[in-house]
Amino acid sequence: MATVENLPSGTQDRPIGFGRLKRKEDARFIRGQGTYLDDIKLPGMVYGALLRSPYAHARIVSIDTSRALAHPNVAAVVTAKDLETLGLAWMPTISYDTQAVLAGDKVRFQGQEVAFVIATDEYSANDALALIDVEYEPLPAVVNARKALDPDAPVIRDDKDGQRDNLASPTWEAGDEEATDRAFAEADTVVTRDIIYPRCHPAPLETCGMIADFNPKTGQLDIYNGNQAPHAHRTVYAHVAGLAEHMIRIRCQDIGGGFGNKVPVYPGYVCAIAGSIVAGVPVKWVENRTENLVSTGFARDYVMHAEMCSKGGKITGLRVDVIADHGAFDSTAQPTKFPAGFFHICCGSYDLQAAHVKVKAVYSNKAPGGVAYRCSFRITEAVYLVERMVDALALEMKVDPIELRMRSFIAPEQFPYETTTGWTYDSGNYANTMRVAMDMAGYEHLRREQAERRARGELMGIGVSFFTEGVGAGPRKHMDILGLAMNDGADLRVHPSGKAVVSISAQTQGQGHETTFAQIVAEELGIPPEDVEVRHGDTDRSPYGLGTYGSRSTPVSGAAVAVVSRKVRDKARLIAATMLETRPEDLAWEKGRWYVKGDPEKGAMIEEIAERAYSGEQMPEGMEGGLDAQVIYDPPNLTYPYGAYIAVVDVDPDTAQVKVRRFIAVDDCGVRINPMIVDGQIHGGLAEGVGIALMELLSFDEEGNCLNSSFMDYLIPTALECPDFELGETVTPCPHHPLGAKGVGESPNVGSPPAIVNAVIDALHESHGVDHIDMPCTPARVWAAMQGRPEPPQ
Amino acid sequence: MEVTMTVNGTPVSHDVEPRMLLVHFIRETLGLTGTHWGCDTSNCGACVVQVDGRPVKSCTTLAAMCAGHDVRTVESLEVDGQLDPIQMGFHERHALQCGFCTPGMLMTTRALLDENPDPTDHEIRVAISGGICRCTGYKNIVSAVRWAADYEAATAKEA
Repeated sequence: MATVENLPSGTQDRPIGFGRLKRKEDARFIRGQGTYLDDIKLPGMVYGALLRSPYAHARIVSIDTSRALAHPNVAAVVTAKDLETLGLAWMPTISYDTQAVLAGDKVRFQGQEVAFVIATDEYSANDALALIDVEYEPLPAVVNARKALDPDAPVIRDDKDGQRDNLASPTWEAGDEEATDRAFAEADTVVTRDIIYPRCHPAPLETCGMIADFNPKTGQLDIYNGNQAPHAHRTVYAHVAGLAEHMIRIRCQDIGGGFGNKVPVYPGYVCAIAGSIVAGVPVKWVENRTENLVSTGFARDYVMHAEMCSKGGKITGLRVDVIADHGAFDSTAQPTKFPAGFFHICCGSYDLQAAHVKVKAVYSNKAPGGVAYRCSFRITEAVYLVERMVDALALEMKVDPIELRMRSFIAPEQFPYETTTGWTYDSGNYANTMRVAMDMAGYEHLRREQAERRARGELMGIGVSFFTEGVGAGPRKHMDILGLAMNDGADLRVHPSGKAVVSISAQTQGQGHETTFAQIVAEELGIPPEDVEVRHGDTDRSPYGLGTYGSRSTPVSGAAVAVVSRKVRDKARLIAATMLETRPEDLAWEKGRWYVKGDPEKGAMIEEIAERAYSGEQMPEGMEGGLDAQVIYDPPNLTYPYGAYIAVVDVDPDTAQVKVRRFIAVDDCGVRINPMIVDGQIHGGLAEGVGIALMELLSFDEEGNCLNSSFMDYLIPTALECPDFELGETVTPCPHHPLGAKGVGESPNVGSPPAIVNAVIDALHESHGVDHIDMPCTPARVWAAMQGRPEPPQ
Repeated sequence: MEVTMTVNGTPVSHDVEPRMLLVHFIRETLGLTGTHWGCDTSNCGACVVQVDGRPVKSCTTLAAMCAGHDVRTVESLEVDGQLDPIQMGFHERHALQCGFCTPGMLMTTRALLDENPDPTDHEIRVAISGGICRCTGYKNIVSAVRWAADYEAATAKEA
C-alpha cells in the first residue's frame, strides 16, 4: 500500500537506466504540493498589475495617475516617464529590436503595457487600473500582413531612426533561385497554393509572472519566474538593468507548461524588477488569462505563397515566398543568424533537385512574439507548407499521396544528406517509418472503407504527413542568441556515499527532467536513478546554458549529462585501477562496476570507488580527490527526428464539424531514454496539433481588436475532441549524439496539423471540389469551403 | 463579511470581501495552494474543488456562496499517508506532466468515481471535458481513471 514516502511502482518498471521509469516529480504534483510562481509568498510582498491599451494603434496624449495614487492601498503607479529616468522605458528583444516596456509615445497593439500599479493586494492593484486616466488619439491600424507594406500604410515603428515603412527586417533568402527556376522549367507538373499558417498561441495553463525581490542593502536581486532559459534571462537583466550578473539569482520553480511561451522577457517582468528596485520590497506580478493571450509570445502568423513541381513522377522543386507577421516589435525567438528561424528546412523529407525560399518580415499592430508553441524555430510552418504542397501535387498528378512521398523520399543510403537549402540531415529510413504507419493504420483497408462511405454520402478523409525536424540547437559556430552560444552545461558530483547530484542548465516545464536525466546518469554509471538528484532552474545552483525550447533538452542537455557521466566514469576507472592494483587499460566496464579483464570477480563498484575518492587512501598519481566533473556541451549538429502521421477524420455533411476519429503517429526520435515520457510528450503535442488544425486561432478585426482574448473564444481541445492517439515507433539512432537520441517534444505539434488538414481536404475534394482550406478547420470555415467560398483566417 | 465553511473536514471562519472568489479564499486566505487557477472564465478546470461532493470551478464561485458548505481540495485526498487510488492511478499511468491541471483533474475524476465506480472511457472523457490539459492529450488521464476504478473494484472485492 502506498505511503507518504513511497509511491507505488512495480519493481519491474524500475530499471537502473533507460526504460519506463515512473516519474520522480509526480510525488509532489499528485498531492497538490508543486510550487508554481503564484504559490510563492514573500514577507512584505506587494502586488503589481498592468494597465493595457484598448487600442491597437493610438497616440498617447496624456496619462493621469492621480486618482489611482489616491487609492489607499496603492503604493506606486509607474509610467514610461518614470522608467525613462531609470533607463528602462525600452528593452532589447531577442531579435535585436527594441520593445517598449511601458508605452510613452504611442501604443502599437491592443493589450500593450501602459502603466504599472503596485498595491498591497491583488484586488486593489486591479481596482486602481480603472482609476488611471489615459487620453488616446486613435490611429489607423495595420492588421493584415499583406497590406503592411502598402505605400499608404501607417508607419508603426516611427520610434526607429530611418524607419519609413513596416518592414521589420531585410528579406531573407535560402536555396538556389536559378537552379529552382530550372527545375520548374523542366517540370511535368506544377502546383501553386496560397497557404496561411494563422496566428495561434501556446497558452500554457499557468500564465506568466514574476516575483522580483531587490535588497537595497546588499544589491542582490532575487527573481522567481517560471521561464525556459533562466541563465540567458539573467544575462539580459544584467544588461538591461545595469546590475552585476552575479548579484542576480533567478529561481524557476515548478512551471505550469511553457511550450515556448515562457522563453521571452516580457515588459511585466521588467516592471516587477523596476518596481522592486524603487520600492525596496518584493513585487509580484502575475498576468491573467486575457493578458497572456493578447500580449505574450504568439506563434506562427505566416502568409505563404508556394509552388511545387514534379518530373518523372517525383517531386523535384519547391519555391516559397513568405510574409511573416512579427507584430509591433520584432521579438521572435530564434538563433541570431536565422531571422526566419529554421523555416528553410521546408524541403522536408524529399530528395529535391532545388528549392528557393524568400521570407519578408513585417510589423503590424498586433502583439509581438513569434516562433513560440512547440515549433522548433518555424519548422512547424515549414512542415505544414511542404506537407500541404505534396498533397496538392499528388492531387494534381492523380497519385496516392503516400505513393508520391515514397517515390520522393531521401533514401537511407543518402544519409548524411545535405539538403538544397543547406541542412545536413544525420540519419533516417523514411520509407520504413512510413510503412509502419500504413500498417498500423490499415491504410489499404481505410481507403476501401472511404470508398464505401463516399458511396453512402459520408465524408471521410484520410490525411498523411511526413516530417523531418532539426532540433537541439546548436553548434556554437552557427547558433547563438544575442551572442550567447546555444550550448548547455552539466555538473555531476558523486558523493562519498555513492549518491549523486547532477545540475543542468535546462529547466523543465513538465517534460520530466528530474526523472529522465537521473536515468541517463543511471545508465552511464549504474547508480540507481532514485539516488541521483537532478538540480535545475536555479542560476546559483546550476551551470550556464541556454535552456529548454526547440526540443533542446535531450539533444543538448541530455548529451551534456551523458558526457559528464562518462568523464566521471573515466576518472573512476583510474581510481579503480589503483584500488585493484592494476593498469586502467586492463579494466573493463559493466554497468556500475569496473572489473579486471579476464578476472571478472575482481572489481570495484562505483559506490566503492566514490568512497575511495573522498577517503584518506592514495589517489592515482597527479589526480585530485573527489568524484565529480563538469562539461559544457557543444552539439556538432542538430538532431533530425522524423515521423509518419496518419489522420482519419469524419466531416459531418450537415454541420461541417470535423471529428478526428483516429490518429496514428509513428515517431523516430532515435534512442528513447524513457519511452513512457516520450509517449506522453507525443500525446500532448498531438493534442495541440488537433487544436491548431481545428480550433485554435488568434484573430483580429479591422481595428486590431483581438477577438480571442479568453478561453471562451480561444478554443483548446478537450478530451472530447482528442482521439485515442495510436503511437508507433522506429529507432534510427542519431550518429553524433552520445546516446543516439534525438529531440521529440515538438515533433507531434510540427507533424500533426498537416495530417489533419490533408484529411479534411481528402474528405471534401471529391464531393465538394475543395483543394485547399486554411486552418483552423472550424465548422463555419469548413462549411464555407464546402460552399465554394473558402475564407482566409484573418 | 464573515464566512464560515468546512474545508477538508475542518471548520474555518474568516472575514472576507463579499467579492472574494473561492479560489482566492482557498489559496490566499487558507494558504492551500494545491488548487490552481488558469483562465478566470470557467473553461480550464485547474481550479476545480469539490463542494458537497460535486466538482465546482472555484474561480467563478464566490467564497460567500460556500458558507455552510463542505469544500474539499486536492490536499484532502491523501489520508494518514494513504494516497487516494486516483492519485496512484495518475502516477501509474503518467497522467500528468507539468502538474498544473492535475489537482483539478484529480478532484473531478474522484467525484466521477464516487458517482460512477465503473465508467466507460467515453464517460471519463465527458467527465473531464470541463477541464483543459495542455500536456497529456488526455489519453493517459483516461487510462489513470480506469486504473483507479479497477483498483477500487479489486480492493472492494478483497474486503
